[in-house]
Amino acid sequence: MAHTGWVLTSEWTKIRSVRSTLWTLAAALVVTVALGMLISFLVRQSYDDLSREERLTFDPTFISFAGTSLGQLAMIAFGILVVSNEYSTGMIRASLTAVPQRGVLMGAKLVIATALALLVGMLTSFLTFFLGQAMLGDHRTDLGEPGVLRAVFGGGLYMGLIALFAMGVTWMLRSPMLSFGVLIPFFFMISSILANVEATEKIGDYLPDQAGSRIMAVIDDGERPYGPWTGLLIMLAWVAASLLAGYVVLKRRDA
Amino acid sequence: MIELSELTKRYGGKTAVEGLTFAVRPGVVTGFLGPNGAGKSTTMRMILGLDRPTSGDVRIDGKRYDQLPEPLTYIGALLEARSVHPGRTAYHHLLCLAQSNGVPERRIGEVLDLVGLSGVARKRPKGFSLGMGQRLGIASALLGDPRILMFDEPVNGLDPEGIHWIRNLMKQLASDGRTVFVSSHLMSEMALTADHLVVIGQGRLLADTSMARFIEENSRPYVQVRSSDPERLRVSLADAGLRPVPQPDGGFEVEGVPAARVGEIAAANGLVLHELSRRQASLEEAFMRLTHGSVEYQAREG
Ligand SMILES: Nc1ncnc2c1ncn2[C@@H]1O[C@H](COP(=O)(O)OP(=O)(O)OP(=O)(O)O)[C@@H](O)[C@H]1O
Ligand SMILES: [Mg+2]
Repeated sequence: MAHTGWVLTSEWTKIRSVRSTLWTLAAALVVTVALGMLISFLVRQSYDDLSREERLTFDPTFISFAGTSLGQLAMIAFGILVVSNEYSTGMIRASLTAVPQRGVLMGAKLVIATALALLVGMLTSFLTFFLGQAMLGDHRTDLGEPGVLRAVFGGGLYMGLIALFAMGVTWMLRSPMLSFGVLIPFFFMISSILANVEATEKIGDYLPDQAGSRIMAVIDDGERPYGPWTGLLIMLAWVAASLLAGYVVLKRRDA
Repeated sequence: MIELSELTKRYGGKTAVEGLTFAVRPGVVTGFLGPNGAGKSTTMRMILGLDRPTSGDVRIDGKRYDQLPEPLTYIGALLEARSVHPGRTAYHHLLCLAQSNGVPERRIGEVLDLVGLSGVARKRPKGFSLGMGQRLGIASALLGDPRILMFDEPVNGLDPEGIHWIRNLMKQLASDGRTVFVSSHLMSEMALTADHLVVIGQGRLLADTSMARFIEENSRPYVQVRSSDPERLRVSLADAGLRPVPQPDGGFEVEGVPAARVGEIAAANGLVLHELSRRQASLEEAFMRLTHGSVEYQAREG
């Protein structure tokens, strides 16, 4: 049997020695934080124009996370690249001859890549919160307020999970083109359209990103039929399903 | 030792390998020969567990590939298709493979030296020439100092010096007592390196024999003879108990007889000869004759 510790070390070497993959993590951080700051700043400028109702449900934490919608695409790109790199370059053949237990190879890669995504996700989440609050000025909230720490910590989890979901899908699809073609449009537009159009809203609310992002909201706007942790659990179910599908394909198909 | 038994692979309806049974033994270079599309690469991928056989079985020292404890220390392979990330330096490529099998890091320097890539260890293979890429693949194969080595068309992309180098490397690995299994579609190349020969065509085993025996059986000398009157020549030769084989140019090939005897028969029958020469079939011709019926991508003549 493959020595799991060795395989983990090997996957760590793989991930740190390809620059293009690491750039996507940097992009996720920069985009999320910069866009979050910009939107927080704009909201402060226009706070006086908000209606009474809007002020009642005003959620400074959630606003500082506005950059996530775009930053998550870079996280997804990270998840896709970590896996599809193996296939597009043919490296998978070398990897599988070194570690023929396919589940061990997949598991080690997922552990290393997810740990890295979670680390960067947490950093991004806390940074975007603090800098976003700074931009909000008088309308800011504080990490000590009820639900805020949960939302910020949850934001980091969300980033890690979305990358993991993309990895599972890519183990299944293999090709980078196909994976980008499916995942990016879906998370960039399709999911939010489905969640906001009345006819599909009921299903749309249960999509991985829609359900998962509930954790970043402190104020319940009543639009979702579940709470923050249930939302994250729904997302987790999606992640588990994508990983299972990826594993089955890896196990069955020729490399 | 690599043992294949009744190994079969189908892709959809297409049969790539059918019922292959043979063994690759240590201490010699075994050539794996077959025309394009014969199934050599497919067989090698199945040996490594990359492709799953439709039926049949492969064993490496009696074990299935995924039962080998640290596979790179058992068997090293150079595959036909590149298996390297172009953005990861040669050093890191070898490092991640070494780490996964517990191979000590100093071994990386040794194999890079051996294949002559020490100077570009910290370079990305993106900019490597075909030959350099091939050398990096060979370095990966040698990394775990395995007892079994498998090379799929290793001379591809190498210059004459590189070809010479890989030939000697294979011979030396075999003389260390290792098992060396190398594919090619060139008989002439195999004749220079292989001690044993496995020939396949359209996925089926055509020959499994020692090189010496193959040469002995297939490169018998013959006499080529041509006359202004082919029909009478044929009859005269047949009357003398010989078996002339007619050629497209009107001449005959006669085996098992000295040229002088053919000349005497012709003279005795008053025949004018336009050609009388001693020939030896080349191994390439023997190989082509062997695989002729099974060549998949045959060029149309004319
Ligand atoms: N993944 C695949 N899917 C479908 N058909 C395949 C696949 N791999 C190989 N084949 C087919 O199987 C046959 C054997 O191919 P293979 O590459 O093993 O031949 P080869 O002997 O290595 O040829 P060459 O000398 O050209 O390298 C070919 O007809 C090829 O088209
Ligand atoms: Mg081939």
